[in-house]
Amino acid sequence: MAANKEAFLYTKEHEWIEVKGETVVRIGITDYAVDQLGDIVFVDLPETDSEFIAEEEFATVESVKSTSEIYAPVSGSIQSVNSRLEDEPEVLNESPFEDGWLVEIESPEPFSQEGLLSYEEYQNYLSELED
Amino acid sequence: MTEQFSYLPDTEKDRQEMMEAIGISSVEELFSEIPEAVRLREAIRVPDVMSETELMKQLKQLAEKNHTAEDYPIFLGAGVYDHYIPSVVDAVTSRSEFLTAYTPYQPEASQGELQALFEFQSMICELTGMDVSNSSLYDGFTSLGEACNLATSTTKKTTVLVSSAIHPQAREVLQTYAYGMEYTIEDVALKGEITDVDQLMGQIGEDTAAVVVQYPNFFGGIEDLKTIKEAMSESKAMLIVMANPLALGLLEAPGKLGADIVVGDMQPLGLPMSYGGPHCGYFTVKKKHIRKVPSRIVGQATDAEGKRGFVMTLQTREQHIRREKATSNMSSNQALNALASAVCMSALGKQGIQEMAQQNVNKSHYLAKRLSEKGLKVVNKTPFFHEFVVKLDKPVDDVNEALLQEGFIGGYDVSKWIGQDNCMLLCATEKRTKAEMDAFVERLEAVSK
Amino acid sequence: MKNYNSLIFEISQPGRTAYSLPKNDVDTVELNEELPSHLLRSEEPELPEISELQLMRHYTALSNKNFGVETGFYPLGSCTMKYNPKRNEVAAKMSGFSAIHPLQPTNTTQGALQLMYELQEDLKEVTGMDAMTLQPAAGAQGEWTGLLILKAYHAKNGEGEQRKKILIPDSAHGTNPASAVVAGFDVVEIKSNERGTVDIEALKAAVGDDTAGLMLTNPNTLGLFEKDIAEMAEIIHDAGGLLYYDGANANAILGKSTPGMMGFDVVHLNLHKTFSTPHGGGGPGSGPVGVKLHLEPFLPVPRVEKEGDRYVVSSDYPDAIGRVKGYWGNFGVNVRAYSYIRTMGPEGLKQVSESAVLHANYLKSRLEPYFKTPYPQYCMHEFVLSGSNLKKHDVRTLDIAKRLLDFGIYAPTVYFPLIVEEALMIEPTETEPKEMLDEFADAMIQIVKEAEESPELLREAPHDKSVRRMDEVTASRKPVVVYQK
Repeated sequence: MAANKEAFLYTKEHEWIEVKGETVVRIGITDYAVDQLGDIVFVDLPETDSEFIAEEEFATVESVKSTSEIYAPVSGSIQSVNSRLEDEPEVLNESPFEDGWLVEIESPEPFSQEGLLSYEEYQNYLSELED
Repeated sequence: MTEQFSYLPDTEKDRQEMMEAIGISSVEELFSEIPEAVRLREAIRVPDVMSETELMKQLKQLAEKNHTAEDYPIFLGAGVYDHYIPSVVDAVTSRSEFLTAYTPYQPEASQGELQALFEFQSMICELTGMDVSNSSLYDGFTSLGEACNLATSTTKKTTVLVSSAIHPQAREVLQTYAYGMEYTIEDVALKGEITDVDQLMGQIGEDTAAVVVQYPNFFGGIEDLKTIKEAMSESKAMLIVMANPLALGLLEAPGKLGADIVVGDMQPLGLPMSYGGPHCGYFTVKKKHIRKVPSRIVGQATDAEGKRGFVMTLQTREQHIRREKATSNMSSNQALNALASAVCMSALGKQGIQEMAQQNVNKSHYLAKRLSEKGLKVVNKTPFFHEFVVKLDKPVDDVNEALLQEGFIGGYDVSKWIGQDNCMLLCATEKRTKAEMDAFVERLEAVSK
Repeated sequence: MKNYNSLIFEISQPGRTAYSLPKNDVDTVELNEELPSHLLRSEEPELPEISELQLMRHYTALSNKNFGVETGFYPLGSCTMKYNPKRNEVAAKMSGFSAIHPLQPTNTTQGALQLMYELQEDLKEVTGMDAMTLQPAAGAQGEWTGLLILKAYHAKNGEGEQRKKILIPDSAHGTNPASAVVAGFDVVEIKSNERGTVDIEALKAAVGDDTAGLMLTNPNTLGLFEKDIAEMAEIIHDAGGLLYYDGANANAILGKSTPGMMGFDVVHLNLHKTFSTPHGGGGPGSGPVGVKLHLEPFLPVPRVEKEGDRYVVSSDYPDAIGRVKGYWGNFGVNVRAYSYIRTMGPEGLKQVSESAVLHANYLKSRLEPYFKTPYPQYCMHEFVLSGSNLKKHDVRTLDIAKRLLDFGIYAPTVYFPLIVEEALMIEPTETEPKEMLDEFADAMIQIVKEAEESPELLREAPHDKSVRRMDEVTASRKPVVVYQK
């Protein structure tokens, strides 16, 4: 099922955030980020229950000759990770918004949109980058 | 007129043509970017140029000042061994396509090196019982340092427990590694000549990142890895084993006894002693740590036409990509020596490595038996591979001096580490003949009492 | 053997051997009588079983799929792929050097110690340093050793906790930041200016009382001499920091300048670059470290010294950082470098740098009309081109590199330094004849032409090697790193 990208929130680091519940968000990286990386060969995800504060590095995504750190857009603990990426990192290339999600984070406090971009804002940001 | 050197091809004409193309009238102009204040205006004081003949004569004179294992039967081991090296080893490693190549950055023009290293990795995994090997590191001791760095960074714990029966120089190198990455090393006491497992159990705690043992250990003893691993069962610490690859021709592979990382030095298999280097470290892990391995790993791949080939793989682990996020700074390895070892292992093959290892057991046990018969005390109480400790009545240095006069290079003074005076570590490899050993025993008896 | 593509395991036949062990002239001892059975190998080690001729054919076939300096031109930037003299090899293989044990009493290895001592003296002279150790195995280990010396120095001065930052230019080799991290430092990156050298203002802004030191390669990885080195040294020293010289590019300055004169406190050299020892497909190298007097107490132990006419070793230095490698370092490599220095003498070493710099500038002048050259000044022993002007043909630097292989030339260093887009880093070295430089320049120019006329020739290159381009993506996603039956 195609994701409702318009309803997602975004960061300038090219992450998307899908609100799954009052305190739970699902996080991934955008098609733009994936295009920049090229063929993804490895995704290093955190262990479940590990805790991160916003802007802390929580995962790395690797292509053949580069590695990119992914920073937590919100504070919280890792509720689940997309373990399929361990053996099939290519899924991230094929389906960044759906099957290629990275983790779900549970925050101690209700989710706040502060500092995040809407779909439209993110699209505008991307066109700025291209200029 | 500039002097013409055999390694420097430029003629006066070449220089003129190149300067013209650049648009300069003197080579000096190219150095104008170096400010006067830091320009050297006098010749550097290194010895004057030597012809090939003069050079060889001088080098030979230096070489002849050294007592070699070719002229003196040697009973010294302690990490570096006088072993049989098949002639094919030098024949292969002298081929300039291997000798003078760089790290195989362009796989299409480096398939020979890459395949040879892939085969090396495969042989090392076969011997150690591990899943993944890199394509070599500097030496066994630095490999051990890298292993402890991996263990502390992976477990996020800060103490490494180290058996007192590891090579003292390995312990020293490890101390320097720990100084760099800022973790703690604690020694685990000996029980006789092997690691005291009861002590070890008491020392394992919440902050233990790894336990390090040597197999066979520095005193020749064969540590019971299974018991050690069992002692660690309550802990998340990694078991790091530094193993002699020749001994693994007979001894169970550490990977089958629970080791998480196995490292060591390939010197016993195909590398000359060369006063301690260059040798060749190997580094192996279980599969789950594959992306934490330092230095180069060669992987199998296919080319655009589907043909099998090899590449340096998983390169994002490495310093040139990860820079300040790297967990190891390893850049060069010892590829040529890994190749030498691979050739040696191929020459020995399945039978040869077992036969060679067995001969080392036979010779060293014969030597120990003869010494016992002469009333010299063999300190080892447990089984040993090809080294053992003998207790003398006089200081080891004095005995070695006397042995040298008789034409032998004696053993290593290990008194300080085994905690008893006048203890000499002796080694007998397959190269020591019965006649040499008989003569040695006789002289040792005479000079040590 | 033309299409030979077997692994050594695939030609193995049970029962074949390629060895000749000494006779076993003593009783066989069964370890299983003494040792618990779980410590004896449960399965025989499956090493190849082949005859000696098969072995030689296998490795000869492999060597034919490999490219070395004697195969052809190897313009790999920052790697100094010069000729590896044969007399060095003969020297290192003399039994008086190769068949000696590192733990022999030192009175039985006076020749080896003398050689090491004299090499230390020579390298002190070349670098302008006061003391030298030959222990580090290679450049990266030299860096780490040097940084630990800085760490120990600051600790001794009671500033160990405070001085945690190492400043490194963005053009530096990746080993620099990695070495700093494994030595326990934090890395601060310093931007380069539009001339390709360190931005002095950025440096001034970054230094402080938390600065442990600056790591610098000079000439830097763009092949450019850091002209402001004296001022940089002053800035760092005034702040209480120290200067580290990465000797990877020392081939440019032999007899012309020394790191000592430039104000550096600690230096490493790569004997496998500047001093002609072979790279061996990735090693072994040797990375001696030299220091100024104030850092001497911290050098690794043991140290090789001279007392009267005897050569001795001493570990009696309480402030030393300890041991960085087993035994005496890569002695066999050091023998080769010693042989090289004596072959060249002071005049020859100076000519090495002059020719290396002349060759690089000549090639640069020939290629300038065809590529972007980001920095106009004279280069030293190497230079960096940008292949970005070929992007319009959908050709990338990687394609240029692969196409060069078709010309029987190895590829330059590509995509490094990171600060130049589509970088091609070219180091011709002094040992290449002008005809070879011209052949290379002609090939590069032809490749530019091909990029316009038939870019697929580049994108599909190489065409005549033993394999075509490799699928590195699958190799990384599903790593196969050992032979599987």
